[in-house]
Amino acid sequence: MSSLTGFFGSKKGMVATGLFIGIAAAILQKLGNPANMGICVACMERDIAGALGFHRAAVVQYIRPEIIGFVLGSLIAALAFREFRARSGSAPMVRFMLGFFAMVGALVFLGCPWRALLRLSGGDGNAIVGLAGLAAGVAVGVLFIRSGYSLGASKKTYTAAGWLMPVIMIALLLLLLGNTMWGASKSLLYAEPEKFAPFFSEKGPGSQFAPVFVSLGVALVIGFLAQRTRFCTMGAVRDVILMREMHLMSGVIALVIGALAANLALGQFTPGFAGQPVAHTAHVWNFGGMMLSGLAFALAGGCPGRQLFLSGEGDGDAAIFVMGMIVGAGFAHNFAMASSPAGPGLWGPAAVVAGLSACVVIGFSMRQKA
Amino acid sequence: MAEKLDMRGLSCPQPVFDTKKKIEAMGSGTLEVLVDSGTSRDNVTRLAENKGWSVSVKEQDGEFLLTLSK
Repeated sequence: MSSLTGFFGSKKGMVATGLFIGIAAAILQKLGNPANMGICVACMERDIAGALGFHRAAVVQYIRPEIIGFVLGSLIAALAFREFRARSGSAPMVRFMLGFFAMVGALVFLGCPWRALLRLSGGDGNAIVGLAGLAAGVAVGVLFIRSGYSLGASKKTYTAAGWLMPVIMIALLLLLLGNTMWGASKSLLYAEPEKFAPFFSEKGPGSQFAPVFVSLGVALVIGFLAQRTRFCTMGAVRDVILMREMHLMSGVIALVIGALAANLALGQFTPGFAGQPVAHTAHVWNFGGMMLSGLAFALAGGCPGRQLFLSGEGDGDAAIFVMGMIVGAGFAHNFAMASSPAGPGLWGPAAVVAGLSACVVIGFSMRQKA
Repeated sequence: MAEKLDMRGLSCPQPVFDTKKKIEAMGSGTLEVLVDSGTSRDNVTRLAENKGWSVSVKEQDGEFLLTLSK
């Protein structure tokens, strides 16, 4: 008799979560989200960064309710199952930088691990290259973990501190609803509204979105399920390499199967390499970008989705990682590091090399003596 | 006297990985692992059971004392 009680701790729970995410992502795309981007944690945080005015890429600015829902869904699950624990203090600045470089890598590839899986499920062959890079990055991270890498223990902190991230998400939700639905548009507030945030794309991926409450509702469910099951794309790869453990991987495989089936049913499957939506074919940098992300995620202990779910259950260190990602998105677009469908930005390759170097320094220099 | 591991505050995968190294080194016996998150409780339990150890969980003040034995 296992002491892992309940559906959520079981392989069935993990598979169900993966299937739900995959199918939901395909449906969100059908309902308006950008192609092969039904869900993309990195892209959606980047869109939020744009909406807040942290970068000037006018085509990727929107307050994505999916991100808000992930955090709040996790919060609800954590409160309901008495797992909300405010904690912080495990090398926050290092986690910030890891989040920063994880985002830079993701924007060179054009997607987080979730979107890499969804791109694969939509027929985008470049995703295979990206996922190979992700696995390579995680494998390097595992080498560091094996040699004693650790960011150290977090400490319990004030409950209110654990609520900061959920409260920030509620504020973002109010900003979104106020500007899009409640008529509190900035054009009523400012003489020159184009100068002030929030910014919403009029064309490009940022202008493509599913109905707000559908996105929010789906994301709340995903946040809830993922908090319960500890779904994590990076952890899936890491656990296979580090411990030959398939539990998390079963959810990732289910995500791909769910999304693939839904994409086929909805006519969203287009196999090929060239001309894929919001993607480029610079293989070296698809690989390199995701390798940087994979290494940064491995060193931080979670993929960007997992960091959101952790931040919803009171983990201040995960919240700092998310903030690093959002700031990283601003830098990636402001300093021409982010890719476009035409290929990597001017400084994208250099940023990948710099980011990998920084991560290797972190990995080598932050090891505990056995 | 049971061996002990204090994994409180440590995030994935360290509690699981350190427990794995420890029980592989021990082979058999009793190991107490102290963790403070549901994630670590579940992950360490899953690992130990997959390795053929039996696990009992005691919760106190939001912390979990896992007793692994084989």
